[in-house]
Amino acid sequence: MKLDEFFVTGDPLIYGADVSIALTLIGAIFALTYFKKWKWLWTEWLTTVDHKKLGIMYIIAAVLMLFRGGVDAMLMRAQLTVPDAGFLDANHYNEIFTTHGTIMIIFMAMPFLIGLINVVVPLQIGARDVAYPFLNAVSFWTFFMGAMLFNISFVIGGSPSAGWTSYVPLAGLELSPSVGQNYYLLGLQIAGIGTLLTGINFLVTILKMRVPSMKLMHMPMFTWSSLITMVIIIFAFPVLTVALALMTFDRLFGSHFFTMMDGGMPMLWANLFWIWGHPEVYIVILPAFGMFSEIISTFARKTLFGYKAMVYSMVVIAGLSFLVWVHHFFTMGAGGAVNSFFSITTMLIAVPTGVKIFNWLFTLYKGRIRFTTPMLWSLAFIPNFVIGGVTGVMLAMAAADYQYHNTYFLVAHFHYVLISGTVYACFAGLHFWYPKMFNHRLNERLGKWTFWIFVAGFNLCFFPMYFLGLAGMPRRVYTYGVADGWMSLNVLATMGGVLMGIGFLILVYNIYYSFRYSPRETTGDPWDARTLEWSTPAPVPHYNFAHLPEAKGHDAFWIMKQERKQGKTQEKKPYKPIHMPSYSGVPVVMSVFFFIAGFGMVFSWHWMSILGLIGVLATMVIRSFDYDKGFYVSVEEIEEDQKRTTL
Amino acid sequence: MSNNEQTNSHSHFPWSHLIGFGLSIFLTLLALWVGFASDFSLRTIMIIVVILALIQAAIQLLMFMHITESDSSRIQVGTILYAVFIAVAVVAGTIWVMSFGMHNMNM
Amino acid sequence: MESVEYSPNTPLEYQSETGRLNILGFWIFLGAEIALFSTLFATYLVLVGRTAGGPGPEELFELSGVLIETFLLLTSSFTCGLAIHYMRNHSLKGLFLWLGITLALGLGFLGFEIYEFVHYIHEGAALTTSAYWSAFFVLVGTHGAHVTMGIAWIILILIQLKQRGLTPDTTRKVFISSLYWHFLDVVWIFIFTAVYLYGMVM
Repeated sequence: MKLDEFFVTGDPLIYGADVSIALTLIGAIFALTYFKKWKWLWTEWLTTVDHKKLGIMYIIAAVLMLFRGGVDAMLMRAQLTVPDAGFLDANHYNEIFTTHGTIMIIFMAMPFLIGLINVVVPLQIGARDVAYPFLNAVSFWTFFMGAMLFNISFVIGGSPSAGWTSYVPLAGLELSPSVGQNYYLLGLQIAGIGTLLTGINFLVTILKMRVPSMKLMHMPMFTWSSLITMVIIIFAFPVLTVALALMTFDRLFGSHFFTMMDGGMPMLWANLFWIWGHPEVYIVILPAFGMFSEIISTFARKTLFGYKAMVYSMVVIAGLSFLVWVHHFFTMGAGGAVNSFFSITTMLIAVPTGVKIFNWLFTLYKGRIRFTTPMLWSLAFIPNFVIGGVTGVMLAMAAADYQYHNTYFLVAHFHYVLISGTVYACFAGLHFWYPKMFNHRLNERLGKWTFWIFVAGFNLCFFPMYFLGLAGMPRRVYTYGVADGWMSLNVLATMGGVLMGIGFLILVYNIYYSFRYSPRETTGDPWDARTLEWSTPAPVPHYNFAHLPEAKGHDAFWIMKQERKQGKTQEKKPYKPIHMPSYSGVPVVMSVFFFIAGFGMVFSWHWMSILGLIGVLATMVIRSFDYDKGFYVSVEEIEEDQKRTTL
Repeated sequence: MSNNEQTNSHSHFPWSHLIGFGLSIFLTLLALWVGFASDFSLRTIMIIVVILALIQAAIQLLMFMHITESDSSRIQVGTILYAVFIAVAVVAGTIWVMSFGMHNMNM
Repeated sequence: MESVEYSPNTPLEYQSETGRLNILGFWIFLGAEIALFSTLFATYLVLVGRTAGGPGPEELFELSGVLIETFLLLTSSFTCGLAIHYMRNHSLKGLFLWLGITLALGLGFLGFEIYEFVHYIHEGAALTTSAYWSAFFVLVGTHGAHVTMGIAWIILILIQLKQRGLTPDTTRKVFISSLYWHFLDVVWIFIFTAVYLYGMVM
């Protein structure tokens, strides 16, 4: 392969990116060396199995990916503001919307939510870690390496350009001969391993590692939503694994699953992709619902309304989510009977979500509302998500969908549900649980600026797109003509996009500003909240709880605080040594080998892939022979920690 | 820990395994007979042998894998049942979705 | 770990928190594997008949080979169960013997399957020939790859058994690998039915 095929050439934006990447890498290496932090990096972060640290790493990665996905979006908006803009050619535009979608869903939303689940859920259930801490680390590092592999594509070898949905025949070898599409297949495959492991890990953790007094129907709603999300992950991700593998075989080994010749069925790709893809969108929305339940309840100072209905509605959503997938390709020709069935199931799935909206409203009703930043995000979610949701019901009508499909109407719909659902929740959750992670709060004033600017920008950007779609503008077009008459709405959308970018920058500034100026937490409960994670001191000790808490009902921490106020103090029980798992370098090393194997497969350098796979197997063998049993935290250490806190 | 039937069986002869093995062989031979020696239509044959396969799978899950032993038996059984639901949705759904107009094509 | 009282009848592999959690986790992993194989089956069933004018299963499948493979694998699942039985009766020797037989039967299965694949390829039916054969080789090949990994895994555990004897940890690993092995036979039931029986009866 020639050097100018290996490195992407000919585009000043790419050269700029190359320079930034190189500078950042050099800067990071320099800083670590100058401050003599290599050992710290390895012993505290690269080898950690602590769910709180893994969660923080997920979130940092997600925020970086939000930046990249956002830049992609800004580039797209720049190109589409005026007709025949000429800023990006068609192929470059295609690469950008492909990486935008893939990054936002797989490498931004998933890690952000899973990161928050990692930090919060074990604390909410009174556990000291997850069921499989080592596997948890494997999950993070495979995600990270999958993300790295995907992200390197735009400077080495070229990005994929067939959309995040990667439809054949466009994504096949004949029409996408370059390696970009391979990055998509391998990056998602490697990251998907980690996600499946997370699914199993948290399912078992939530079912088996709750503090014994916490009954299933007393769990916090965020934990419930996480549990159900894990069920969906466990059964949906293997379908993606197979779909990606089949396309990989077609592209690398000459098989004919999806080819146009020799018996292949291109539509089969769309079918398999969406069997995973639809549950995937529920994977990214259910944790969001859980977060909103916690935040709304906390800042309305009321117990969540309709606990059982909230649980059952999520159970129903999870089941139905596997029965609606064809609505993503009504127009592909499956026929009237198939379309009708899936139209009905799709409309049905809106019902349990509607139930949840009403329960949130009933929770707010007669609450004593505190308008903190997390609460603002949650309040804005309700009307914005409903807009997205009802347009979803419009799209669910198969016959009508022939008009809406693949227009900007659809783009508006899914951004309305994804952004006001998932992204607002990520921002809300970040603000809400920030003090638990970093021992200080994000600045409220800056937080509110972010909120108002971002929400205004979001609505300005995407609401016009409903009308653009109805006016006939298709999605995934790199430009349009003056005669189409779409410019004014596009101008509005770009203005909205710019505001969203500004909102994001304020958030980044907030992170820096708060790190420097926010007062450090003295209690572990800055919000006067309701669930057990807030019962831990500030900072949270690595073993989470010196004594396992007692959960006496819904909002277990609230009950604890009420009892304390009534003077029912608990006798001080003596501390016992706490068993914790050992850190390990195997997960990160294994994942590096996965990266090597993946990189080799992208370029069909099979000596490299085989070496990488042997490395992966070797690390698994080493792990198999490792009988390390963890270590005990001494009573002295626990007592020391307790002295330093005020709880 | 509750594993009633299982605690007793392990000092005795492994009956459940032998019965499971025998039944599996029987069901396999039965499926072969239905497929090759009976005069049912293809459709009927396939329905019967798939049912026989499901029965054999259930027998092996119960008798070889002891799915119902351990404290977590409900979670284990629940997981497998849900997985069967997914399997049916994926297989039947895919076949149905992909079945349009294909009989006409010359592949 | 908090110390828990285990009844003397509790098998050793369940006598630790790690044991119980890992065994449960593995059952859930098997649920995910069912989803994985069902996708492969769905793909296969949809691509039946799409041989692009090339050879088809009706010409190439042979009942004798399929029956041998089926009985090798089924018997190996049975002997694996016997191995666990001996393990639970604290017989390391019995465990070694019956696991050894299980592996031998598994290797026999693999041998016949590899021979079968090579034969098809010689007859002009390879992964690259047509959609049908792509689906066949990936479905049956994925199962075969799982069997291969299972054999390697069990060998690693035999080494650890030799080093450490029967402990809560080693028995847990044996038990989990046995669940995996049994599961592969359950999947084979469906391969036998939906691939071979269907292919020969069509």
